[in-house]
Amino acid sequence: MNIQNSSLPGPDDIARVELPNGITVLARSNFNSPSVTINGYLDVGALFDSDEKLGLADFTAAALMRGTQPRDFQGIYNALESVGASMSFNSATHTTGFGGRALVEDLPLLLELLSETLRQPAFPAEQVERLRAQLLTGLTLRAQDTGDMAGMTFDQIVYKDHPYGRPEDGWPETVSAITRDDLVNFHAQHYGPRGMVIAIVGAVDAQQAVAWVQDTLGDWSNHHQPESPQLPALTPLGELIEQRVEIPGKIQSNIIIGAAGPPRKSTAFFAASLGNSVLGQFGMMGRIGEVVREQAGLAYYAFSRLSGGVGPGPWSVSAGVNPANVERAVDLIRSEIGRFVTEPVTEAELADSKASYIGRLPLALESNGGVAGALISLARYDLGLDYYLRYADLVNAVTPETALAAAQKYLHPDRLAVAVAGP
Amino acid sequence: MSSSFSTHQLENGMKIMLKEIHTAPIISSWVWYRVGSRDEVPGQTGISHWVEHMQFKGTPQFPSNVLDKAISREGGLWNAFTYLDWTTYFETMPADKIDLALSLEADRMVNSVFAPDEVNSERTVIISERQGHENEPLFQLGEAVRAAAFRVHTYHHEIIGDMADLETMTRDDLYQHYRAYYVPNNATMAVAGDFDSAVMLERIRGLFEALPAGVEPPRKARPEPPLRGEHRLVVEGTDDTAFIQAIYHAPRAVDDDFFPFMVLDSLLTGPSGLNMFGGGISNKTSSLYKKLVEGDLAVGVGGGLPATIDPFGYEITITVHPERKPDDVILALDEAIERVQQEPPSAEAVERAVKQARALFAYGSESITNQGFWMGFSEMFASYEWFNAYLDRLSAVTPADVQRIAQTYLIPRNRVLGTYLPTNGATA
Repeated sequence: MNIQNSSLPGPDDIARVELPNGITVLARSNFNSPSVTINGYLDVGALFDSDEKLGLADFTAAALMRGTQPRDFQGIYNALESVGASMSFNSATHTTGFGGRALVEDLPLLLELLSETLRQPAFPAEQVERLRAQLLTGLTLRAQDTGDMAGMTFDQIVYKDHPYGRPEDGWPETVSAITRDDLVNFHAQHYGPRGMVIAIVGAVDAQQAVAWVQDTLGDWSNHHQPESPQLPALTPLGELIEQRVEIPGKIQSNIIIGAAGPPRKSTAFFAASLGNSVLGQFGMMGRIGEVVREQAGLAYYAFSRLSGGVGPGPWSVSAGVNPANVERAVDLIRSEIGRFVTEPVTEAELADSKASYIGRLPLALESNGGVAGALISLARYDLGLDYYLRYADLVNAVTPETALAAAQKYLHPDRLAVAVAGP
Repeated sequence: MSSSFSTHQLENGMKIMLKEIHTAPIISSWVWYRVGSRDEVPGQTGISHWVEHMQFKGTPQFPSNVLDKAISREGGLWNAFTYLDWTTYFETMPADKIDLALSLEADRMVNSVFAPDEVNSERTVIISERQGHENEPLFQLGEAVRAAAFRVHTYHHEIIGDMADLETMTRDDLYQHYRAYYVPNNATMAVAGDFDSAVMLERIRGLFEALPAGVEPPRKARPEPPLRGEHRLVVEGTDDTAFIQAIYHAPRAVDDDFFPFMVLDSLLTGPSGLNMFGGGISNKTSSLYKKLVEGDLAVGVGGGLPATIDPFGYEITITVHPERKPDDVILALDEAIERVQQEPPSAEAVERAVKQARALFAYGSESITNQGFWMGFSEMFASYEWFNAYLDRLSAVTPADVQRIAQTYLIPRNRVLGTYLPTNGATA
């Protein structure tokens, strides 16, 4: 399969610099549109949250833009929105992510606001309460969303007694218990430059972008910043565990079935990923889509997903079906998982998925956001700057046998979590 | 950035739009049909969307599971959308693979099979799609508000269609709809990306020009009379959060009032833009956000003015603060609107809305798929000239124009106001 390397990011056109304070900067130019995207993360997330104040990392991240020492809430957003720019933070288990975009002439403004919100948040009391009401409303909506509840239930089964079993946005009682002082302290003790990664992609000289980051964030330090907690070992499921959440008044049920999968850095990841494409991605969502949607007509959506990530993220199949068809859909999905771990995918199926993986790369890397996301993955998973140039070889190295071995390591039809939320 | 744009008309009436963009080895091809939920009558609501689904079910040349595999194998991205006024199919492919997409579109313009067993299995898929929507309180509210706002015009039903019709429409209904509207004289093809226009046109001619023109498709839309007074309604449900949605009757895309209305929308609820791919920005400095969210009456607010063939609606959607009553929120909403009716916005505020629109265009132009989208999209309700003039038309808007729009359209007797009320455990 021929691939046009000239359009793919590589060592020749990615600037990568590690600042003395521990920030990794990645930049790549794209002069096709007068816009620029920033993307990145800090080494702080819900892993630091206690059970009693679960949601604290998320609340803190959401509060960063509610006011800084120099600017109030409206001042921050007026600066951004007046020029059609945007910026936001979001918190996950391991990291707190940020992203923004602007016309390229406003990149210095974007970086200035990033630095200001990261280093000088004011957590104004009035804004904290307003934000709390918004977060609590989000949790109320979550409790009545069949997809969200199936996902949370799935996590609680697969990641019992593990940090991945906890929702990063917390519970109504834990979010209610968080005080403004908690936010101030969490920020002071956990936010720092070490482990931070930022990618800048757009109509700017890559070295210039690196210099701007150096100017705005190069002098940031926090000697309190702790090491990330170690992720405890996960005990794999030993049996089929099914749990249902009843949400009255709903019309459709959401189903999630699966187990813990390989971390992104696992040697089995590529084989698992290609196998997953055959299982529930390729074309109209692979074998799962063929059986559940095309043949049985049970669902508008049915697919499988392999999360990867820093730790053992989920490998799961999702579908939305009429409540009367839940049993049938679960049986069909389990039976496909059974087949998937018993016999290797065919050479033809694997060849299709390989071609798709390689062929779609230029499209995935078309926009600034797509490239910025790709640069972040390079840093996060130590993939190497030449990763996208080696990508086709990595894909082509997978065989039906290695895909089967990866599937067998993580999935078994009798050792799955089955989470269903519906009426 | 090198680009050249041209339009052409095939002998069968099909319009071709080509835009060369040589920034990446990618081509995005879009085929647009002038058919949507606007062309549907009771008994057949949702038929355009269902036909769109059937267009993925195969032809003799490209049977159903050959089709999607062929596109995916080449690394292509493809999808289709059905809207009020139009249905569109796109493929974005590595440039050297685009021929597959062009061949496929020429083929399924005339040769789709609509096999009875495929129709039946797709019926349950679409019912499942609708049931997924029905899980959402905002879908339930939106459907009720829309139906009340459009009693006569076919914009009154949701694009997915009414359940009664999804249960009863037949294979022949679907096939007739397909044959009536999927004719080259009712289609526009827009291709953007890394190609030579002369070569591309030749290939398109080879594939499409021999397809016979059909009779001019029937149009079923009837003009909507004025509301003559505010209509209010309540939807009850088991979710615990209250929502408010208002639809004000609004001008069609080619109306001169459309442009100042877009500026007004930007001031009230934040900029919307015309991107299908490329996203938008936050709205925290918009006047309704400040009044309702900063005033602790709501936790979120949004709005939008869709560009349509016939006059449609300006929608405002509010998520009510858990400790507030919807009626208090409605009073504050009306105060904020009255303010712009009484006093025009500053010239700076209008200029700011234009700068926001420029930024959104820049984000949208990062994607060749989105550039392909823009061309055909604007043809469906106006023309590509409308699109190209969009920023200039926005720039010409004055504060007095914005005030006049607020005075003319954003008045209670021109709206339907719906509230989603939690039943709090009682049976809905």
